[in-house]
Amino acid sequence: MRRRGRTGWVGAAFVAPFAVLFAATYLVPVGYAIQFSLFRTRSSGLGLAPPTTHFAWFANYVDALQDPGYRDSLGRVVLILLGFIPALIALPVLMALLLDATRGRLRSFFRTVYFLPYGVPGVIGSLVWAYLYTPGISPVVAALGHAGVHVNFLDSSTVLWSIVNVVTWEFAGYNMLIIYAALLAIPADVIEAARVDGASERQIAMRVKLPLVRPAIVLVGVFTAIGGFQIFAEPLVLRTIAPAITANYTPNLSAYTEAFANNNTNLAAAEAVLLAVLAFVLSFGLMRATRQGAFAR
Amino acid sequence: MSAELTATVERPPRRVERARQAPRQYPQGLIRTTILFLLAAYFALPMYWLAVSSTKSTSSLFGSGGLWFSHPQFWQNLASLFRYDDRSYLQWALNSILYAGVGAIGATLLAVMAGYGLAKHDFPGRNLVFSLILAGVLVPVTALALPLYLLASKIGIVDTYWSVLVPGLVSPFGVYLARVYVEQALPDDLLDAARIDGAGEWVIFVRIVLPVVKPAVVTIFLFQFVSIWNNFFLPLIMLSSQHLFPITLGLQSWSTRATREPVLYSLVVAGSLVSVVPLVLAVILLQRFWQSGLTAGSVK
Repeated sequence: MRRRGRTGWVGAAFVAPFAVLFAATYLVPVGYAIQFSLFRTRSSGLGLAPPTTHFAWFANYVDALQDPGYRDSLGRVVLILLGFIPALIALPVLMALLLDATRGRLRSFFRTVYFLPYGVPGVIGSLVWAYLYTPGISPVVAALGHAGVHVNFLDSSTVLWSIVNVVTWEFAGYNMLIIYAALLAIPADVIEAARVDGASERQIAMRVKLPLVRPAIVLVGVFTAIGGFQIFAEPLVLRTIAPAITANYTPNLSAYTEAFANNNTNLAAAEAVLLAVLAFVLSFGLMRATRQGAFAR
Repeated sequence: MSAELTATVERPPRRVERARQAPRQYPQGLIRTTILFLLAAYFALPMYWLAVSSTKSTSSLFGSGGLWFSHPQFWQNLASLFRYDDRSYLQWALNSILYAGVGAIGATLLAVMAGYGLAKHDFPGRNLVFSLILAGVLVPVTALALPLYLLASKIGIVDTYWSVLVPGLVSPFGVYLARVYVEQALPDDLLDAARIDGAGEWVIFVRIVLPVVKPAVVTIFLFQFVSIWNNFFLPLIMLSSQHLFPITLGLQSWSTRATREPVLYSLVVAGSLVSVVPLVLAVILLQRFWQSGLTAGSVK
C-alpha cells in the first residue's frame, strides 16, 4: 500500500537513519574527493612557509592519465578483466551446471568446498597463496619441480596471472552459487519436457538451462567487473615477495601510493574518483547493454 | 521472459535442491565427478596447507614438505600466537568482532528499515533516494575508502574506532535486497489489519515486518559481517595505532615484519587459520539461507 498524506512522513522516517549515514559515507566523501581532486597543493621551495593550495581545474586528472605508470595500471585492469571472463564467469557457470547434474551428498559437499574460500579474507588468502608461490616452502612449486616443470609464479610475466588465480580462488565459488541458485529456480517441468523430447543432458544444459539463467550470469559479470577495478590487497601482499609488482601496479594501489607514500593527496583523490567513475560506467553499461537487472526499466 | 534483478521468495513450482528427482545415469557421469573432485582439490588445497602448516614451527615450515605434518606443535603455536607482542592478536580479534559484529547488526537494522520504508510507503523523494542507493551498489567500496579517509581526516576521526565502524553501518545492497524481499513477502493486508487494530508504526515494524523478512535479515547480516571482517583497504588507511587494528591488518603488519623476526612466519600462518574459523562458520550458516537470499538476480 502506498499512501500519501498521513503516512507520508512514516516512510521517510524509516528511511531517514539509513539515508543520513548513506549521505555521510557515500555522497559527502565522494563530493569532497571530487572537490579535493580539483585542487593542487604546492609546498614552498625551502619548506619554510606553509604549503599553499590553489584551484587547478582538471590538472590532476590530466596528470594521472598522462602518467605511464597509471596508464599501465589501467591496462592491467583490462588484462585482469580478460582473465576473469574464463576464470570467474565461464568456470563458475561450468561448476554450477556440473553441480546441478550431481545428486546426493556429494552435491552439498562440493558446493560447500567451492564456496568456503569466499569466507577467507583477501589478505589471508593472499598470504596463504604467497607461501604457495614461494620456492622452498611451496609444495606446489616442489611438485612441479619434481615433474620437471620449473615455473616462477612471481616474475614479471607470470605475477599478474598469479594475482588472478588468488582472486579466482576467492570468488569463483561465490559466483557459482549465484548461478546455481538461479538454476534451481528453473521449474522442474521445463527440464522434464526437454528430456521427454529426447534432449541429452548436455543439450538441456546448453539450450535450456543456460539461456534461463542469463540474468544471473549478467549479475555475476557486473559484480566481477566491479571487483576487477578494486584489486588491492592481493598485489599489496604479494609485493613483499614479488618485486615485479610495482607501487602503482593496480589503480587502487596507485592511489594508495600517491596518498601515503608520495604525499600527493590531490592526485590520489583524482585517481579514486576516476576509478569510481570507470567502474560505475562499465557496470551500468553492462546492465544497460544486456537490458537486465535493476536498471531495466 | 521479464528478467529482473529480484530476490525470489517462496515460489511453489521451483526446484528445491533436495526434492529434485534424479536424472537417469548417463555416461558423462564419471568425467563429471572427476572434474568436480579436481576442482574441490584446487579450492581445498590452500585451506589444507594452512591447517597442516599451522602446526609447524618456522623452521619446519621452510624445511619440510608442505603437504604433511612435521613435528606438530599446534598448541604451542596457538599459545605464542596469543601471547606475542603483548597479546596483540587477542586485541585484534576482539576489534574484528567489534567492527564486524556491531557494524553488521547496525547495517542490517538500518537496511531493513529503509527497505521497508521504500517498499511499503510513499513519500516525496522516494524514487530519488532509491536511485541513489542503486548507484551506491555499483560504486566499488575500495574506491570509497580514500574519499572516506579525506573526510575523516578533515573532521579529525582518523585513527579511531569510529573511522572503521561507521562506514560498516551502511549497506546499499542490503537496502536493495530488503526492499525487494519486503515487496514480495509482506502482504499489504497484514499491515492494514495491524493498523486497524491500532498498532503503532514501530510496533508493526518490530512485530510484523521483521519476523516476515527474517531470511533477508539473516542474509544481509551475514554478508555484511563477512564483508567488514574481510575489508582491508579501509582499516589500512584509517588506522595507524596497532591496538585499533582488525585481524586482517594485524596479520599483514606481522607478515611484513617476518623477515626480521622469523618466528612471525609460523604465527602468521597460525593466526590466519584462527581468523578464518569464525568466517567459515558464517559462510556455512550463510549457505543455509542462500536459496532465499542469494537468488537475487534469478529468473522471474
